[in-house]
Formats: sequence, structure tokens, C-alpha cells
Amino acid sequence: MPDSAPILSLRHLSKRFGDFAAVDDLSLDIAAGEFLTLLGASGSGKTTTLRMIAGFEQPSGGEILMAGAPIAALPPFKRDINTVFQHYALFPHMSVRDNVGYGLRMRGVPAAERAERVTRALAMVKLDELGGRSPRQLSGGQQQRVALARALVNRPRVLLLDEPLGALDLKLRKEMQLELKHLQTSLGITFVYVTHDQEEALTMSDRIVLMREGRIEQIGTPRDLYDRPASRYVADFIGDTNLLPGKVAASEGGVVTLRTDDATLRGVSDGVLPEGVTAWLTVRPEAIRLAGPAELLDGENVVEGTVSDAVYAGSALRVHVALPSGHRLVANVPSASGVTNGAPARLAWPVPHGRCVRD
Amino acid sequence: MSATESPGLLDRIRARPALRTALSAAVPVGFVTALLFIPYVLLLVHSLWRLRGGVITHELTLENYARLFGTELYPDTILFSAGIAIRVTLFSLLLAYPLAYLLAFKVQRHKQLMYMAVIIPLWVSYLVRAYAWKIILGQSGILNGLLQSVGVIDEPLTFLLYSRWAVILALTHIYTPFTLMPIYAVLEAIPPALKEASQDLYASRWQTFLRIVLPLSLPGVLAGSTFAFVLSMGDFLAPQLLGGNDSALMVSNLVWSLFGVAYNWPLGAAVSVIVLLLTLFLLWLANRVETAMNYGGQTRQGGVLAAGRTGGPVAGAGRGAA
Amino acid sequence: MKAATLGPPDRLSRALWLAGGLVFAFIYLPLVVVIVYAFHDSPIIAWPLRLGTLRWFGALAHDRGMLEAALASLKLALLAVAIALLIGVPGAFVLDRADFPGKTAFRRLVLLPLILPGIITGVALLTFFSFVGLRLSSGFPLVPGWPVVLGHAAALTSVVITQVFARLQRLDRAQEEASQDLYANEWQTFRYVTFPNIRTAVLGAGLLVFTLSLDEIAVTFFLIGRQNTLPLQIWGLLRRGITPEVNAAATVIFALSVVVIVVWARLMREDGAT
Repeated sequence: MPDSAPILSLRHLSKRFGDFAAVDDLSLDIAAGEFLTLLGASGSGKTTTLRMIAGFEQPSGGEILMAGAPIAALPPFKRDINTVFQHYALFPHMSVRDNVGYGLRMRGVPAAERAERVTRALAMVKLDELGGRSPRQLSGGQQQRVALARALVNRPRVLLLDEPLGALDLKLRKEMQLELKHLQTSLGITFVYVTHDQEEALTMSDRIVLMREGRIEQIGTPRDLYDRPASRYVADFIGDTNLLPGKVAASEGGVVTLRTDDATLRGVSDGVLPEGVTAWLTVRPEAIRLAGPAELLDGENVVEGTVSDAVYAGSALRVHVALPSGHRLVANVPSASGVTNGAPARLAWPVPHGRCVRD
Repeated sequence: MSATESPGLLDRIRARPALRTALSAAVPVGFVTALLFIPYVLLLVHSLWRLRGGVITHELTLENYARLFGTELYPDTILFSAGIAIRVTLFSLLLAYPLAYLLAFKVQRHKQLMYMAVIIPLWVSYLVRAYAWKIILGQSGILNGLLQSVGVIDEPLTFLLYSRWAVILALTHIYTPFTLMPIYAVLEAIPPALKEASQDLYASRWQTFLRIVLPLSLPGVLAGSTFAFVLSMGDFLAPQLLGGNDSALMVSNLVWSLFGVAYNWPLGAAVSVIVLLLTLFLLWLANRVETAMNYGGQTRQGGVLAAGRTGGPVAGAGRGAA
Repeated sequence: MKAATLGPPDRLSRALWLAGGLVFAFIYLPLVVVIVYAFHDSPIIAWPLRLGTLRWFGALAHDRGMLEAALASLKLALLAVAIALLIGVPGAFVLDRADFPGKTAFRRLVLLPLILPGIITGVALLTFFSFVGLRLSSGFPLVPGWPVVLGHAAALTSVVITQVFARLQRLDRAQEEASQDLYANEWQTFRYVTFPNIRTAVLGAGLLVFTLSLDEIAVTFFLIGRQNTLPLQIWGLLRRGITPEVNAAATVIFALSVVVIVVWARLMREDGAT
């Protein structure tokens, strides 16, 4: 990631609809050339934030700076930003070429240059032959590429993408995710991507901004969010995870002792958790293994329960273990393991693989 | 293209949504206010003025309304008009529904074409359509001539024309396509899967119609009937052409003569206001019925609410906009 | 439609077809009669029918009063369409997008001329113009005066507003955002993106207003000056007694109506494909 002044700065940005705050005091710096994803559930404010950057919503408060200059007062057509819309918003009464060349035309680019740039843009998204068609004649995936070409041909400094892959089927979506990532890296344009799909965010992003109820829950690289979730919400949102509630007994040197209903467990944490508060131990299923009945387990957390389900998932076996307290843990073990329903199970994982987080 | 253009005048207007709204709405709202709102208000005001010796004086009085309700002629005429309108509505409904059903469900090929064919008469001058009945029903008209030449009767039938039945007949003829359109629209919108499900659950075709299709078509029926009623009650042309001197005087004819020959604007205005209020009341009633039919939910396609929003009988449900 | 899978034709179906056919005939019969009698070779409109003359069309072509009335109607209609579109299209946008106190009232007001008996709107406008002091004949010769032009416009602008509004509601707002995102300002967006998508609705509404204006009687009667419009002229003839010339006029009107509706159907089909 290039290290330079941020291309976009959101400062204390907020947007209110009546009493409801869709975006609440959001501050964020976006670096030039990075692939940043705004991730969150519906209503988290991610789309509203994107629309404010694009200019389709007026902020109720705060500033938006592009390369240091305020742009919040500018209408969309005066911003050096382009958008790929969720349902593509292609102009049905124009051909594909006219769609792609629209922005160039509005900026007065002469026809010859326009034609050439449109051709190159279509080639870039691999739609070379379809220029003369009407958008209605294209498949969803093709329409999506036209929308992309239409935005990129203008060489914006920032490209906004509003859940562009949502309408595509799974296989196509995964292909497009990679293509978009490659495109972004080769073009060097800053991408601000909105999605609710955490897997998509993990795949494509340089940094992820996880939003919740109009505020930032956590910012970081995909690894940061996956391995070091800052709260239970993040741990639960990103990837599959186990969560066991308990009370903090001690917190020292980055290690937290947590008293849960089934056992006293230890996990790591970035800060100090006050004694007596409720916290959660989060541990990923792939970090847990089934220990033998007589194994010695130093420096590891151990929990005992009964197997309630063993779900075959191709590459692994997902073993659901019911604990005496009623909570459950899921462990991903190699699919060749022999596991029987109803059998007792000893689950173990190294202490550093579990984190203690609060809500 | 720089991201840092400084805001100009237009931008400042854009940034002030209230100003922007005011500027863009000024002309249409102003026009409508001046040429619709004020005239209707003036009409109301006129109904409160006094006619003294052939001159309208600007004193406020309720005497027009007193006279209106006091003299038998006026309430009688209103009731009579309503009576005609009810009959027209009923007959139109009876005629329109089967044809709408046929078009929606039984016509396979050229459905659009057939529908257009049914709608064409609506585009033909209303005057022509009313007049046509005159030449059909007259003493020396075509029906009489036909019946006489075939030998069914010896003397021409005089009761055909210049009677309330001629008016009802003509109005039914005119408003059947009007009634048909919303019914067709609603029937078309019924997903075929519903009828299939009904039959899958052992209902016969007739039962399917009674229990599934008919209830679902009620918003369209309501819309069509409401507009047919309101429009035929306020009709003045058919009674004038076909009603004869006194046998079919309807409320709009009253207004006509009060503003014309009789030159009693205040009284005419009072009658108009009553008709206006009546019409608004009927539409409100229809809306309530429709909402009740939807159990208070969102308006379904084709109902009075929808038709009202998109232009009422003439524009929306009317003239072929399917 | 899956109707074909619901069983072979039977008595119920056949009864339905018969009923439908009769209703269809009922709708068309009077028109057919009028048209047929336009070619009837006798001044008395009676049975039996003696077809094969064009003399009534000839009489029509020489009837100066009718021709002048037709011309006046045409001019009136064109003016009414122009004003109705100029006011109505922005009005539709206002209804679709703007928010202001009294918007609900505005919306209901716009609907009034469409649902009230025309005569009510007519006398309301009459009281307005007489109050304002505008004389009914003010205007140009052979063009109906300003009161009747404004009266038609007032009554028919509602048609444009409601039709265009309905179309606007179906418009994908994201397209306009995309256009602005691609550097087009409001006017360019309207010109290149919005208008092409509502064009058929605008044209259709214009066509509708044109037809309604030509046929308008109630409002016209009260606001007209000295020059008659076509429907008023015909009506005058009718009140004096029937002349077969009216049949010829009706036939011509019918033919024109068919043309209009074919054009309208074309427009609506284009619209549906969008």
C-alpha cells in the first residue's frame, strides 16, 4: 500500500433522517491506491456513507475532503469520483458504447479520443464485441462489466462500488472478485467497496472498515479483523467463530482468565479487561482439535462435552459439541477423523488462539 | 477535472433545498392555484352571494342553499341523477365484466389488439356516441324503421327516444368501456398460479371464479363502478340529446340552465358545490371501502386509490392506458 | 395465459364467448350505424338503407361553418396541448420529487378536473374569468379567445401531470444518479437520460390532451366567445334537427380517432418495452 497523504478524508461525518442517525460521527482516512471495503449489515450506514462520498446524499454534519480540499458542497458531477451502482443503472435507451462513453461526452472529450478510450475500456472488461448491443440484451454479468467500464473509462481518482456483485451467481461472483482485485492493483485507482458479505471483504480488501449502526466498529487489514477482533460483534461477523461468555477473573500481561460456565479458560487480549466484567472467549473452529482422553494439555484450554453433530463439508468435518452448560462449540477437524454422535469429546486449543473480547 | 472547483451560484441554489423546491415548483403550482384552486373557490363564494334583480350582489347569504334544499326540484333532481347513475353503473358492470374476463383469460392471440379494439370507442367523440343513439332510437330512426319493415310493429315506437331509458342506454354504452378497463387490468394481474393452486385443491372452475378470481378483482370493479357512477351522474349531454324536455332532467342540466338561460349564477353555484361535495364524498367512500378490502394494507394494482393517483377515469384508467 | 390448460371449450366457455361477443357488438353497434348511414342516399335517416353516396361528405366539405369550427378547434387544441405540456411536465416532476407544505392539497387539486363533471369545472372557470374581467372574445379572430384556451389548459394539464407522474414513478432513479456521477449536470441529465425515458408518456399525454380538447364541450360552452368549436357546431346542428351531414362528420372523426389510437398504442408498446 503506497504511503502518502490520504486521497479521501471523512471527518466527523454524520447523516440523520429525522431522529434516526444513519451515519454517526464517522472519521476515516482512505489512502491513495488502496482497496478499502465498508463492511456491515443492512442499516449499518455503509451505503449511506458511500452515497455521501459520491454526492447523492448531503451530510448532516462533518466534512469530506478529497486530496485535502472539501467536496461536500459539490454536486456529483463536479467530483472526480465515479460509482458502480448496485443494479448497474445502465441507460437502456443507449448502446453499450454510448453508455461507456457518456462521462467522456459530458466532459467534452472529442469524439475520436472518446471512441478509442471506450474501445480500450471495453477490452479491459473483456466485452470487446458487445459495443453495439443494448444493455437489455446482455446478461447480468455482462451488464456489470459495462457498468464497471463506464466508470473506469473516466480514470477517476476514486471508484465507489455499491455491492456490485450481489446479483451474480456464486461462481461468477468469485471470478469477478478476483478480476476486480487484479484490476484495482493494475490500475492503481482507489476503490471504496461496499458489501455485507464478509468473505468477499476478506478476499479483496487491503483494509476493511466494519460498520455497525452508523459507527466504525473496527478498521484493519483482513487479518487484523479475523485474528484480532476488537469486540464480540467483529468476532461474530467475520468468519465462523465460537463464542463462550464468562466473567473476567484476572487480566495480566495480555492474558485474560475467564470463568465460563464450563471451565476456567484463558485467552489473549490487546487491552486490559477489568475484573468482574462480562466478556467472551472467541476461538475459530479450525484452531480447535479433538484431544485424546489421556493427552496432557499444558498451555492449552480444555473443554469437555458430547458430540451432537458431525457435518461433512467436503474438505473438513465440522463437529458440533454440546457442553454441559448448554453452550456449543464447533471444531473443524480433518474429514477422515472418526467421530461418532453422542460420544464424549475433549476439545483443546492453544491459549494464544483464543481472544477475549467484550461486546 | 479538478475536485476543487469553488461553488457557484447554481451550487448555492442546490445547497438550499427549500429554495430549489420553490423555484422549480413555482410555475406549475402557481398555474394550478390560479386556474383551478381560485376558480373552485370562487364558485363556492358565488354560491354564497345573492341575486338581486338580475344582478349578483356581493352580500354573503345562505339563501341559495336554503332554496336548494327547500324546493323539491333540486333534491329530486339529484336523487334522480343518482338513480340513473346507479342503473348505468350496474348495467355497465354486468356488460363489462364478462368481456373483461374473456379478454384477460380466454383470448390467446392478439390480446393487445383486441383490447385496443374495445378501447377505440372511448377515443371517438363522446358527442358522436351519444348522437348515434338518437338516430337509432328516434321515431323515424333506424330501430323503428327496422322493426316496421320486418313487421314486428305497425307504428313507430315513441317511447324509445326522449325517455330516461334512452339516457340510461346511451350512458351504459358510453361507460361500459370505462368500467371494463380497470377490471381488465386487475384480472390480468392475477398470477395464473393462483387459479392453478385453487384447482389443485379440488375447486371447480366456477368455484375458482367465485372464491379466487372475483374477490381479487374487486378493487378493479370498485374503481370502474365509482368512476362510471360519478361520471354518469354528472353527465349533461345524454339527457339533453336523448332525454326530452322534462323526462330526464339531471343535475348537470340544472347547472347548465342556471348558468345559462335562467341566469341565476349563485343558485347554479350552490348546486355545483353540492355536486362537488357529493363527488368528493363518493370518492372518499370508495377509498375507504378499498382500504377495508385490503385490510388496511397497501393499495393493490388497479383499485380506486391507484387509479386516482395516476389520473382517474379519463386519463389513467381510461383511454387505453393499460 | 394458462387458460388453455384449464380444459377444453365447453358450455361455460361458449356462453362466455357469446356474452363477450354481444357486449363487444353493443359497444360498436351505434358507431357502425352512424358510419353506415354516412353513405346513405337520403336526407331521412331511416330504414331501409340505400348505400353508396358521398354527398354528405361533399356537403360537409362545403359547410363553411363546420370548416371554420374545425379550424378553431384545431388551433384551440394545439394551444391547449402546448400549455398543458409546458406546465404539466414540470408539475409531474414537482409531484414526484419535491416536498413542500401543501403538496397533498396540490396533488388532490390536480385530480379534481379529472373526476368532477366537466360542467362544474366549466362554471367555476366562468365565474373566475368574469370576476377577473377577461372578456370571452379577447383573442384573435378565428382563434377562440384566451378564456377558453386557458380553460382547456386548466382542465387538461391534470391529464399531463398524472400521466407523466405515473411514468416517473417507474423510472429508475439510479440512472439519474449515474448520469450525475458521470459529470452530467441537471439539465444534461434531464435531456440525455430522464427525458428519453419519459418521452412516450409525454407524447401520449399530449395526444390525449389533444383528443380531449377536440371533444370538449362543457368547459368550452361557457368560455367560448363568438367562434364555435367543432363539437359545439355539431351540437348546434343536432339541436335543430338531424342532418345526415352530421353522420359524415362523425365518420371523419371516427377515422381520425382510429389513427390517433394506433399512434397511442405504438407509443405505449414502446413504453412497455423500456
